[in-house]
Amino acid sequence: MKRLLFITPVALLLVVLVGFGLGLRRDPSVLPSMLIGKPLPTFVLPSVRAGDGGLSSQALGGRPALLNVFASTCGPCLIEHPLLMRLKDEGVMVAGIDWKEPAAQGAAWLAQHGDPYVLAGNDPDGRAGIDLGVSGTPETFVLDRHGTVRFRVVGAITPEVWSQTVEPLLARLERES
Amino acid sequence: MRRPVIVAALLALAGPALAVTPDEQLRDPKLEARAKAVSRELRCVVCQNQSIDDSEAPLAHDLRVILRERIAAGDTDDQAKAFLVKRYGSFVLLKPPFEPATWALWLGPFAVLAVGGLGVAGYWRAHAKGPEALGPEDEAELASLMAGADGGE
Amino acid sequence: MVAEVGQFALILAFLLALIQAAAPLVGAHRIDPVLMALGRQASLLQALFVIAAFAALAWCYVACDFSVQLVAEHANTAQPLAYRFAATWGSHEGSMLLWVLILAIYGGAVAQFGGNLRETLQARVLGVQGLVGAAFLGFLIFTSNPFLRLDPAPPEGVELNPLLQDPGLVSHPPLLYLGYVGFSVAFAFAVAALLEGRVDAAWARWVRPWVLAAWIPLTCGITLGSLWAYYELGWGGWWFWDPVENASLMPWLLGTALLHSALVLERRGALPSWTILLAILTFSLSLIGTFLVRSGILTSVHAFAVDPERGVWILGIIGVFTGAALILYAWRAPALKTGTLFQPLSRESGITLNNLFLTTLAAVVFLGTFMPVFIELAHGDKISVGPPYYAWTFAPLAIPLLGLVVFGPMLTWKRDSWPALRARLRAPALAAAAVGLAVLVFGGWRHAVAVAAIALAAWLLAGAAAIPGRRWWAGRASLGRSIRTTPPGVIGLSLAHAGLGLLLLGIAGVTAWQQDTVLTMQPGQTTTFAGRTVTLTSLELVDGPNYQAREAKFAVHGWAGDYALVGQRRAYATSQTTEAAVHVTPLGNLYVSVGDPQDGGIVVRMWSHPLIMWIWTGGFLMAAGGLVSLSDRRLRLGAPVRTPQLQPVPAAAE
Repeated sequence: MKRLLFITPVALLLVVLVGFGLGLRRDPSVLPSMLIGKPLPTFVLPSVRAGDGGLSSQALGGRPALLNVFASTCGPCLIEHPLLMRLKDEGVMVAGIDWKEPAAQGAAWLAQHGDPYVLAGNDPDGRAGIDLGVSGTPETFVLDRHGTVRFRVVGAITPEVWSQTVEPLLARLERES
Repeated sequence: MRRPVIVAALLALAGPALAVTPDEQLRDPKLEARAKAVSRELRCVVCQNQSIDDSEAPLAHDLRVILRERIAAGDTDDQAKAFLVKRYGSFVLLKPPFEPATWALWLGPFAVLAVGGLGVAGYWRAHAKGPEALGPEDEAELASLMAGADGGE
Repeated sequence: MVAEVGQFALILAFLLALIQAAAPLVGAHRIDPVLMALGRQASLLQALFVIAAFAALAWCYVACDFSVQLVAEHANTAQPLAYRFAATWGSHEGSMLLWVLILAIYGGAVAQFGGNLRETLQARVLGVQGLVGAAFLGFLIFTSNPFLRLDPAPPEGVELNPLLQDPGLVSHPPLLYLGYVGFSVAFAFAVAALLEGRVDAAWARWVRPWVLAAWIPLTCGITLGSLWAYYELGWGGWWFWDPVENASLMPWLLGTALLHSALVLERRGALPSWTILLAILTFSLSLIGTFLVRSGILTSVHAFAVDPERGVWILGIIGVFTGAALILYAWRAPALKTGTLFQPLSRESGITLNNLFLTTLAAVVFLGTFMPVFIELAHGDKISVGPPYYAWTFAPLAIPLLGLVVFGPMLTWKRDSWPALRARLRAPALAAAAVGLAVLVFGGWRHAVAVAAIALAAWLLAGAAAIPGRRWWAGRASLGRSIRTTPPGVIGLSLAHAGLGLLLLGIAGVTAWQQDTVLTMQPGQTTTFAGRTVTLTSLELVDGPNYQAREAKFAVHGWAGDYALVGQRRAYATSQTTEAAVHVTPLGNLYVSVGDPQDGGIVVRMWSHPLIMWIWTGGFLMAAGGLVSLSDRRLRLGAPVRTPQLQPVPAAAE
């Protein structure tokens, strides 16, 4: 009995060490999205680009899609930008939300760098973003054909994230009914 | 891939917590006081360990404004907090919820105290007995010794 | 060239550490005086070489040698000299070098000043120190080399984060490290004692000064860190339960328990296995703190550039050292003799309860800091723990502890009686009641908790004063003579416990009665706040050596008189800071922070912080008490060879 008592510290240490070791693999600064498995919250956003109809959550149904939150002041957005342009050429539905800035700024950025968005809306006060649980740019939501959120990428979509997670997921979502 | 959250955090951290600017405040002082108290319990998710009341980050500003809107619209404190938890998760609460996942967190300290306390109490009980009473043989021997001591010299 | 010399010195130190690890441990096992002497020599030489390596790095910083990568990343020519020097430990590699430096110096001190120790014990202590030193020097050389070169060297370096360019920076980390690393000596003593199979009063007498020597700078470091955060960060906070702050608090709590436990072991031979366990765990928590800051497992204000790979290395070191020590403990500790028994009402019991509460408090901080990691691993849920958690767990558990603090020194050893104890406690109890009543009358019923806390602070202060006070009262000497003849250990204890009372007083005052307001002010505008009238007299742009600032001058009419305050909002090349304007008085501070311009004026936030200065006064007083205790010759005279002694009749509290 006494022995048991004296062994407890080592046993606890083992648990702690294993926990720490496993814990090192996570990224403590990334929050998991609360929307995974849930339908997209309702929003109606005015247009970014002159003349188009803006973006509403209802329009994002019927086929798998990427919803990308961007801003003209966002550096990493430029990193993933070529990928988004490529996706547009391949026919993937990419929608954009211009986050927390006037539409004119977003439109100018798109004109300058290229416009990968089939649909785009302007969220000047960030309310739609907050409903989506956005904490910065860029963030990308992967939606299935029912408008349910299946995955979220925080930060730019790097080639690894694309090839290991997003691309296979999109392929799977296309096959789903 | 980390966003330049670090820069934002440094900026937020480096600046003073003039977080709540005068134009954000609610007119009703009671509501404003409630809003302040609740925002002190909410974490700024893009900062490194600050409440939205203390932080200068733009997102903290947005959350403060939304919080005040909810409270002004009649939400209770819990409802206002739930609004944000629904969007950002339990992470946004500085006081962790009390649920099965967090029982160890909340009850752990008291468990440690209880176990340790039992140990100490056990020690006391084991060693608090006074000197043992003498058995009959020892009593007799003592008696004879005492008699001898009185009788001698 | 200097960097290469430093690199070379580091490698030599590593080799010497290996010798210091092997030779004395073998020598103690075989009772070979030559090997044991070799251990001492190796320890001194190792210290010398690490000093040389550190000096080399410091020289590179001061001389702005930008071909050294670290220097290019943390210093530039515009940076004042003091901060170029302090930048030596402003990075992961540099601070690790500081860590190793202090470790080597402590080892050398044991070698040099440990002549009164039993030779085999000293040898084993040095051996364990050597092992720890070798592990960290290896970590430094192979994964975190401070002397890496940049080719081509940039013409100018990156400035050190302006938040860190402050006198507090110069002293805060070294003090903390003196504490963290200082507990390695206690750890080494514990492991050495387990290896020897002997833990007794003599061992406790030898180890106590080393524990104090670590505890004092740690107390200072934590207090200073809190004070620095208060005036530097600009929002009047002084403790945030940030993971890295917690990492310093945990060893402090256990180190305090260790200090008291070792006292019991020395005087009564009791609690040997508790004391050994505390010695092992205190240093382990220091190591875990090091792990926390450098591995990226938690985000924190203080974290260095995080690198999970380095984290794995440190985790490995923790596993090896703490694991081996605890296995040794599980094996050897059950056989340790438990010494003389004691009754529930005795000083030993008081200190046992003290240990229990301090350990529980350390567990609270540990759970609050690390449970989010475990919960995320188990459930995938990300939760966070902030100040409200600690308000519900730490505070309620600290209150009984603070109450018990007065009992401890008032109790006699082995066995005490309630009536006698009650008589001794009468004076502090009366003082506490009187103060509580007074505050209640003036402060009102709404702040009942604060009133209770202040009464508790009065209880602590009166209890601390009663210890030398009773000696003086009982004797016939004058007060001065009485103080001169009181052992420094007793005076130290009184000061330290009084410091605790002041700390509580400050915390109670600022938590209960803090006020704040925020408004936009135009130059010339006046406002009233917390009983003061504040006027913004001027608003202008000024230039500093490496920043531009918006400077606001205030004229304040306070309770005691008028004074001026100057606050700044500084823009450096890479960031902004606030220099808060603080008016300090014993009764409370007025804290004014200046923000961004708005509507032609400027946003101003003001706080009133009643009694807040007593927090840090208390902290430093605790450290001062420790210093006074350390000066007690009784601590430094080695324990002579044990002669059988009759147990003295329990006397009044010493």
